[in-house]
Amino acid sequence: MSSEFHIVVCGSIVPDPLQTLAPVDGPTGPTLQNEMMLPAVLDPWAGHALYEAANLAQANPGSQVWLVSLGPKAKLQQVMMAVSQKAPFQLVVADGSSSGFTDSFETAKTLADTIEGIADLDKSKMLLFGGWQSASRGSGAVMQMVGEMLGVTEQFQGVDKITVGDDGSIAVMERVEGGAYQKSVVDGAPAAFGWATGELPEPPNNPQIGMQNMQKNMPALMQAKPADLSGTSLTFEGVEVPQQRRETRVEKDASVDDMAKEIVEWLKG
Amino acid sequence: MYKLRTLPGDDVRQIMWRFSERFDFQMAVQSARSIARSVVAKLVAEGARNTHEWTEQKDGLLTAFDQSGLTALFMDPHQGGFIEGPKNFALSLVALELSWVDAGAATSSLASNLALAPIHEKGTPEQRDKYMSACVPPQPGEDRKIWRGAFALTEPLPYIGVDTGVLCGKATVADWKDGEEPMLQIDKRGRFITNMDFATFVTAAVESNDDRIKGTFMIILEEGDEGVFDRGAPTLKMVHQLSSTRDPILNLKVPADRIIGGYDVVDGVIIPKYNHSEIIGAVFHRTRIPVGLMSSAKLLSAVEPVIRYHRNRFRGGDAAKEGSPRYEKGIQSNEDALQRLIDVWASGEAGCSLAFGAARLADDFDAVEKAKEEHFEAEGITSPRKQMAVLRKLNDQVVELIDLEYTPEAERNMARYNELKDDTLVQYAYMEALAGILNPGVKLWNTGVGANMMREAVSLVGGYGITEDCPGFLMQKWTDIQLEATYEGPEAVQRRHMTMTMTSEVFQATMSAWGRQMERAGKEVPGLGGYVLASAMELWQWTLNYLKSAKDDDGRKLFHNKRQGVTFPLADALGWLLGPYYLSTDVIELIEKGPMSPTLAEGIDDLTGFYKDIAHVQSARAAGEVSRICTELVYGFNECKGECSRDDLKEFQALKAKVDMCMAGSRNAKDRAGNALTEVMIPEALDYPMG
Repeated sequence: MSSEFHIVVCGSIVPDPLQTLAPVDGPTGPTLQNEMMLPAVLDPWAGHALYEAANLAQANPGSQVWLVSLGPKAKLQQVMMAVSQKAPFQLVVADGSSSGFTDSFETAKTLADTIEGIADLDKSKMLLFGGWQSASRGSGAVMQMVGEMLGVTEQFQGVDKITVGDDGSIAVMERVEGGAYQKSVVDGAPAAFGWATGELPEPPNNPQIGMQNMQKNMPALMQAKPADLSGTSLTFEGVEVPQQRRETRVEKDASVDDMAKEIVEWLKG
Repeated sequence: MYKLRTLPGDDVRQIMWRFSERFDFQMAVQSARSIARSVVAKLVAEGARNTHEWTEQKDGLLTAFDQSGLTALFMDPHQGGFIEGPKNFALSLVALELSWVDAGAATSSLASNLALAPIHEKGTPEQRDKYMSACVPPQPGEDRKIWRGAFALTEPLPYIGVDTGVLCGKATVADWKDGEEPMLQIDKRGRFITNMDFATFVTAAVESNDDRIKGTFMIILEEGDEGVFDRGAPTLKMVHQLSSTRDPILNLKVPADRIIGGYDVVDGVIIPKYNHSEIIGAVFHRTRIPVGLMSSAKLLSAVEPVIRYHRNRFRGGDAAKEGSPRYEKGIQSNEDALQRLIDVWASGEAGCSLAFGAARLADDFDAVEKAKEEHFEAEGITSPRKQMAVLRKLNDQVVELIDLEYTPEAERNMARYNELKDDTLVQYAYMEALAGILNPGVKLWNTGVGANMMREAVSLVGGYGITEDCPGFLMQKWTDIQLEATYEGPEAVQRRHMTMTMTSEVFQATMSAWGRQMERAGKEVPGLGGYVLASAMELWQWTLNYLKSAKDDDGRKLFHNKRQGVTFPLADALGWLLGPYYLSTDVIELIEKGPMSPTLAEGIDDLTGFYKDIAHVQSARAAGEVSRICTELVYGFNECKGECSRDDLKEFQALKAKVDMCMAGSRNAKDRAGNALTEVMIPEALDYPMG
């Protein structure tokens, strides 16, 4: 028996991780230097969630996928040119900052409000997907709050695999300490899943899927409403990039064995 | 003084190259980029280029192209593609993205399209649908093998190449039964044929060796045809090693309905609808543009790795202490390194602007050309000579259209402009003359000058530059450009083409209009370098007109088909002017549209300040080259009388002095642009693997 799911994936963009990410003080708090001009990518954690969602939807005919994004729509549009080729989905946009310096509660509230506004969404069939973490200074708390705000209390974090049973129940594998998994079973939708890396590779581009997606998603981008994140009382005392530790020692005649020994000793601490 | 904040990203390119509104093109860019910076870069880094053979490892490229939609890019949606309409611009974008990492991969991606191009341009509807659809990767649920093509024009003897007037490949009638399709015996030996390792069909150019077939034609040969389909030995080329190239031997019996475009039988003779020259003319008219772009992409791709190398040059060893200027700035503390990189960058920008201008024109021209064909067909004017006679009579209207086209919109008589623009033949004549310059111009300038500029880029990385593991694969790119300067018509062919087209009244009117446009830009966009480019255009036009009537000391005409010592350098000079002209118009577009982009608005003045300087640098360089060439041609064919004065050339001297004076500020522009490189934010690491 297959189940019909309404899968809502929360995910946005982050600056391309290869770029120099230098925090600076902006008029409304910390921001990244030249953030709007830097190339962006879909947050890799959200990406895993999206690809798992697409795969699940494909395996369960009648299912639908929405990608709900809080981010600057101009940057989102650029990123969608790549992401929209990966899997079929309907984009829903809240036009606002996706920097890592927004209040996680305000972010969750905006996402929950945006999800509430999806016309065809049947919350009894809803699986709420998102990243367990975020590549943009994530608090690791947004998905839990979105779930709570939407009344979804069956929540799982650090998910690497879900399996839908014949009876519609969902077996979940969550990461726990020491590389082990906790296995749980939930009766079915609604439920929330904060994905770790999942098990699927990034799908290859399929421009035909991309064209179909963009015909629906360009209007969504054009009509995106500004997100209201003004309720925050969050302030930052200071922000800085974690310092890279590089201790270079020039050794001209070290043997391979000596180098190996030193590495092993260093690993042992 | 501005500060260049980041390297220009997609949003900048989309405005400058005018595809902000085309998400199908933007998706093609992302597809090609993802393949280039993963699969392709990995192949180069792993040394896959170090063999002439088409290995299993290289074959992975084809799978990647299939999966990412690049294979189907050339097809129309009803054939399995995803882009409606002409594809010149889209293919150019893909060529740029792939050759950003490796141009052999770009060639591989484009070669099947080249094989299909004769069918696409001149094939019968049945041929078009059969082969275009067969070359689309199977969709889920389909059980079929994808077809791949090879374009076989080049022949083995002597050396490598083809004389477009003479073909060694021969066709005879093998079998012709009453009421049945004639069977032809095709004997073709190819040389340097791309895709030959895996091609399932070949579009081959051959000549009749039988009284029952007329002239030359192109024909489709399939792997399963009766006879010899020997893929031949690998071509021992030293470059573009991620494309398959072999010297095939094909001797096959095929039905005559494989003749591209079809045929008629008149008095017992098979008359192909198109001879091979007509077909390759239609094909190369367009396919030379992406080749030029491949070269310019390399120059732009060199900027980031060279900056990173310069900055980090003295870090990590004993050469500099942390915190010292040498440690912090590296080689960027030297003005020369910065400014030479600006030269490389400016050449790359100019080449790309020119090539994308040519690609846009090719896409626009597609519909106009078809409409013109339909018009003449309806009028019963089918011979090229008669068509030319009709078009020639429209010269006044064409010149009027050009005048209006380059007049600022506010001052333009819009009613008349629209009337002329809607006239298919007038529009055709204008575009055809321009394409006749831009297509060979892209191929000539981008690849020829690009090769020299790429050498500069390699030299900026010192000894590291000529190693296999140099970031950005600069050495491989330098050598690859030499092939781009050669295939699809070497430089001499492009110069010859331009020699024939650059004197046309229509193009001369266009050049005059460009000059006026750049003169206005000089006034309205200070710092762009409009004046120096306008003055160089004027000098070039004056020189051309002078040379057309001037004679040397022996009384021989200077501008003459046989005097390539005159005509070819003048074509080279024209090549120099095209890039900065298109770059300048792209920068004007950025100045106009950039402030409306939410992602660019904040730093737009800095960005346009930099781009104006880049355009100025390139315009001044072009003006210098044009001035040198024109001076040699104007003075160089008369012996020195020791008087150091030529009263008959006062006008030339005045124009040349104007070019000199219009250089004002160009070195300040280079100073500023070079300085901007010291501050520009670059990624922490290259986004593709190194060797």
